[in-house]
Amino acid sequence: MKGLGRSSYLALVFGFLYLPIAVLIIYSFNDAKYSLEWKGFTWNWYQTLWQNDDLIEVALHSLTIALLSATLATIVGTLGAVALYRYQFSGKKLLNGLIFILIMSPEIVMGISLLLLFVTLGMDLGFSTLLLSHTTFSIPFVVVTVLSRMSGFDKFLIEAAKDLGATEFQTFIKVILPLLMPAVVAGWLLSFTLSMDDVIISFFVTGPDYEVLPLKVYSMVRLGVKPEINALSTVMFALTLVLVLLAQFFLKEKK
Amino acid sequence: MTDKTVFKRFAIGIIAIWLVLFALVPNLMVIIASFMTQGESEFIVWTPSISSYQRMLDPLYLQVFWNSFYLSAFTTVLCLLIGYPFAYLIARAGPKARPILLLLVIVPFWTSSLVRTYAMIIILNANGLLNSTLLGLGLINEPLQILYTDTAVIAGLVYTLLPFMVLPLYAAIEKLDWRLVEAARDLGARKVRTFVSVIIPLTMPGIVAGSMLVFLPGLGMFYIADFLGGSKTTLIGNLIQRQFLSARDWPFGSAASVTLTVTMGVMIWIYLLSAKRANAKVEV
Repeated sequence: MKGLGRSSYLALVFGFLYLPIAVLIIYSFNDAKYSLEWKGFTWNWYQTLWQNDDLIEVALHSLTIALLSATLATIVGTLGAVALYRYQFSGKKLLNGLIFILIMSPEIVMGISLLLLFVTLGMDLGFSTLLLSHTTFSIPFVVVTVLSRMSGFDKFLIEAAKDLGATEFQTFIKVILPLLMPAVVAGWLLSFTLSMDDVIISFFVTGPDYEVLPLKVYSMVRLGVKPEINALSTVMFALTLVLVLLAQFFLKEKK
Repeated sequence: MTDKTVFKRFAIGIIAIWLVLFALVPNLMVIIASFMTQGESEFIVWTPSISSYQRMLDPLYLQVFWNSFYLSAFTTVLCLLIGYPFAYLIARAGPKARPILLLLVIVPFWTSSLVRTYAMIIILNANGLLNSTLLGLGLINEPLQILYTDTAVIAGLVYTLLPFMVLPLYAAIEKLDWRLVEAARDLGARKVRTFVSVIIPLTMPGIVAGSMLVFLPGLGMFYIADFLGGSKTTLIGNLIQRQFLSARDWPFGSAASVTLTVTMGVMIWIYLLSAKRANAKVEV
């Protein structure tokens, strides 16, 4: 009886978490424009998406930004995590503090602060401002993921490499980086997901010339509920699911 | 210069430059902008003034802050009440079930909150799943108007932010030293007493971390209030967004952001203090 109560509580909360998404996915295959009754299976809404050139272009924008910003954030974040873990230097506290601020500050504050920076520098809002912003909010996630892996590994390996005459750079490339690889890959995947899903920061730092997918969804939803949005949301959910499963796979490997 | 210093300088330099340029400088600019005045043609005129902060004392804006804090706090309490037993059950599940249950929390955690908010609209619609189920069961005679009310905003916030409460709670409960719980039981404490005097204090860092991860984003998620709330529901996030995009009063928007950040800073400070005290207690 006790076990049953526990399982049903778990099931209830998981139901709350997954039911709305499940309903969304089911409706994306429903052959009815306005009705919520089941009128039969259709691929129609996915075809509508696929034929919408405007939407495809926006999706490509999002993928480009996600690929580039995740890669940049992974390079900067991994080097940063190694530096923070291995070296003592003045200003280390400030760097740790800035990473903490980036993680904790509300997205909307980060969005407007970057907007102020870009406007002051006279930059056109669009591709480059999006790329810089997305890289910035992804860096702390890479740093944290890589640092947590690094605190678990054997310091003697690094000393052994040095004793055998490896330079600092060789030690990084041949010893540290391979050991960190699962965390680096997971950090990249999570950064990619963050970038694909971000609404609030992109809202402030992009212009009309370079729209991204979440903002497109935002403006579509403002105009009302449509089956195409169900289909598009389903595609976005599926993409997140794949990326998160991959990231979990790489993070688990250490055990 | 040895090769060590070259690599070291490069690794430190690249992240230091990035963070100073894109985190430190922009945040300082918000603080500076909040003390400037709104211009006619330009967004900001460089005349120092505290008028933006004075304007925030206007009852209209105080109401927005109060309303935001209230909705966010209500959401946080609900998430804690739902999330604590949930996280506890996951942490106490068998070694085979646990990673699967945890993964089931992580997937919504990473799923676009916009997509999840949209899913909530479909459920709460006048002819949505909730209403048709209740009508079908004969519990109500006409559709409930839930969408475009504060209730819908809270439902949306809880739905979107619950995973952010569960994950830190899970981490705290899983780390719990169960020998201490057994000791309390052996010394004759009843279940409720053990929970209140031992388990809750030991998992306090998780409770506070989860509460912050729910409360703070809750203040800024303007699209949840946009989509699910009525015209009267304005959160701090909506206020800031409007100042930057339609009202074009950047100094006032900045002042609202600074206020938000300072509130956040005070809460984090309290958290760090309480974490320190909790640690000190455990060591004793």
